[in-house]
Amino acid sequence: MNEERVADTPHVVVEDLVFRRGRKLIFDGLSLTVPRGRVTTVMGPSGTGKTTLLRLIGGQLRPDSGRIWVDGEEVARLSTRRLYALRKRMGMLFQTGALLTDLNVFENVAFPLREHTDLPEELIRNLVLMKLEAVGLRAARDLSPSQLSGGMARRVALARAIALDPDMILYDEPFAGLDPITMGQIVTLIQRTNRTLGLTSVLVTHDVVEAMDISDQVVLIAEGRVMDAGTVEQVRAGMSAWSKQFLEGRPDGPVPFHYPGDSYRDDLVRGRESRND
Amino acid sequence: MIDALANLGRAGLRWLSVLGRASIFLLRVLRSQDAVVRRYRLTFAEIYSVGVRSLLIIAVSGLFVGMVLGYQGYITLVRFGAAEALGGAVALALVRELGPVVTALLFAGRAGSALTAEIGLMKTTEQLSAMEMMAVDPYRRVFAPRFFAGFLSMPLLAAIFSAVGVIGGYIVGVGLLGVDSGAYFSQMQAVTDWREDVVSGVIKSIVFGFVVTWIAVFQGFDAEPTSEGISRATTQTVVMSALAVLGLDFVLTGMMFT
Repeated sequence: MNEERVADTPHVVVEDLVFRRGRKLIFDGLSLTVPRGRVTTVMGPSGTGKTTLLRLIGGQLRPDSGRIWVDGEEVARLSTRRLYALRKRMGMLFQTGALLTDLNVFENVAFPLREHTDLPEELIRNLVLMKLEAVGLRAARDLSPSQLSGGMARRVALARAIALDPDMILYDEPFAGLDPITMGQIVTLIQRTNRTLGLTSVLVTHDVVEAMDISDQVVLIAEGRVMDAGTVEQVRAGMSAWSKQFLEGRPDGPVPFHYPGDSYRDDLVRGRESRND
Repeated sequence: MIDALANLGRAGLRWLSVLGRASIFLLRVLRSQDAVVRRYRLTFAEIYSVGVRSLLIIAVSGLFVGMVLGYQGYITLVRFGAAEALGGAVALALVRELGPVVTALLFAGRAGSALTAEIGLMKTTEQLSAMEMMAVDPYRRVFAPRFFAGFLSMPLLAAIFSAVGVIGGYIVGVGLLGVDSGAYFSQMQAVTDWREDVVSGVIKSIVFGFVVTWIAVFQGFDAEPTSEGISRATTQTVVMSALAVLGLDFVLTGMMFT
């Protein structure tokens, strides 16, 4: 009964989040929930603060106001020790992979195990090989990060992110800059990881097609707030004009093609007048 | 006029803010120093990278500086018929001033800039963020071992610089210019005071090691995460370290030898 109740509660709850970077308002009362064990994708144009949202969920940044709960704990109020305990149950895949450049592939995946456990070397080896096998890179264990392609680096980073068997993985732009084959591999890995390990997955991306394929829930954000949210079908059915433009990749619409400014005609007339003067 | 004042105020505030951030950073690094013992393997690796790999440049520079001191000292002393005092002059110049100061300047250029660039690059490639997200404290894993390694290596390198410098002075003074070998070393022993000269030099090198490593590690940590930012931070490390070392040398010399 108790376990069922836990399974029903959302994994992440963001409530009235306000966050500024200098004078720029990034989030203006943003609220969303991430259900447990599902794939939730946060989409939005570049520069809307998607990565910032992941950092706020991971406790690397603190909100100016509003609250973020992860697994029932309010992230901004946690002591460093409890925040680190929470992060051990949370993996994060960075856009660049963020592998430690002074360690090879094997040691990168072994890194969290060595830091947080006292497992014997033999067991660490088996676990690392198991994680690398899951991402198809067991044979690349002796390579250094500089010898890996972008896609391979991301797969190693995924193996590292699941090394401690977390409950949730945060993916920061997992599809950015990948060729179609590598993109397919990453999509499959995210799906497989989510299903086989029963993880909660939070993706932030602006790759609409791939994200819509694998998501259970989609949240569209822009201008610091949620524009649309729901299952893929719900979002498609009740799309606002903004969401329609974003998902269909239309060049003009609520987000104008032209950077806001004076009218073109006025600009031309002003130029002629100043020449006459 | 108002603009100039406003700019001055802004620059002052910016400096205060940097100093505040650097102080908080230093406190956190010092609070994480137990990691130096617990993660002794990392600390040894850093001592190797920061100290051992600086040995060659320090030894070669020490040799040349000692040789130059041998020449210059001889030319001056021989006018007063005191060429035998060369050993003392070389040793005093090295132990009191040139050993700590030149080592600190070379250390900032060789090891300090490398520390800044390494940490800045780790920041740019999100390795520090990744560590934080893996619940690994970068202060304990990255900053504390590097800080301690720099702090420990600097006085040792300064000692090696001075020792090699004495040999350089000997090669020129005794080997080339004909000063008596026994007089060279006996003068050195007679003139150099353990507490006043050697200990003062060691204190200087400890202070310089602390300051240069603090600047280097902080500049890397505080670097803007772009290639331009790292380049600027590396330059800042060398420039600020040089100014800090020379400024502090004046202050310390004033305190020690008046």
